[in-house]
Amino acid sequence: MILFSILAVLSVVFSLLVVTQRNVVHSAMALAATLFVVAVLFLTLNAPVIGVLQILVYAGAIMILILFVIMLLNPTSIEARPAAWWTLGSLAAAALFIQFIVLLSRRPLSSAGPPVPDSFGGPESIAQSLFTDFALPFEVASVLLLVAIIGAVTLAQRQR
Amino acid sequence: MTPAPLEYYLILSAVLFAIGVAGVVIRRDVIVILMSIELMLNAVNLAFIAFSRFLGALDGQVIVFFVMTVAAAEAVVGLAIMISVFRHRQTLDPKDMQLLKW
Repeated sequence: MILFSILAVLSVVFSLLVVTQRNVVHSAMALAATLFVVAVLFLTLNAPVIGVLQILVYAGAIMILILFVIMLLNPTSIEARPAAWWTLGSLAAAALFIQFIVLLSRRPLSSAGPPVPDSFGGPESIAQSLFTDFALPFEVASVLLLVAIIGAVTLAQRQR
Repeated sequence: MTPAPLEYYLILSAVLFAIGVAGVVIRRDVIVILMSIELMLNAVNLAFIAFSRFLGALDGQVIVFFVMTVAAAEAVVGLAIMISVFRHRQTLDPKDMQLLKW
């Protein structure tokens, strides 16, 4: 419970920094920190494999990619902050959050989690599920990645 | 170790998602907008993992695996589009990317 409180506060602070930092690189670093904290939250929920994948794929690959693009494009200007947009956006987000809370409070959920075996969320059980029940989505995901690779190369290459 | 109650995780997920939405609406920089989308995807992943733990079923975790795959593909293609647009117009402001708007 104490661990959850610390992680929750950290993740909210870092994600607020993502939105409020004016420098893009600072935003990216805050996002990497958020992703790490969320990975630890996954660990508290008996999802070690997904937690490690989160660090590898998100905090590793995707963040490095975003940082590379930031450095490549080198956006020099620090963006202006129109106050009207900030009020409007904050209000929209607050309204959305209130909606979520109303939805959550409407039906009481069973709070106590059932005890799960130690192997829950381990590589073995994930692989078992992935290659039996989710075999078709798994193959489709591989095709999706291939299409994404080809699309990225085609889009980003210099026009001749 | 017993985790915190399910509601706490769902509320945290809702907070992170709302912050992501705010980022998409507020910011005037496509890279930050893409990062806010990643933030929203992460909030959804957190809800999936929490439900998976509290229902005692692994399906949520496998779905998070697929969400990560789609997020990676989305980030790669999005960044490639950004590079391509930046090469043509020298801007990252979505206000200047309105060629298709009528």
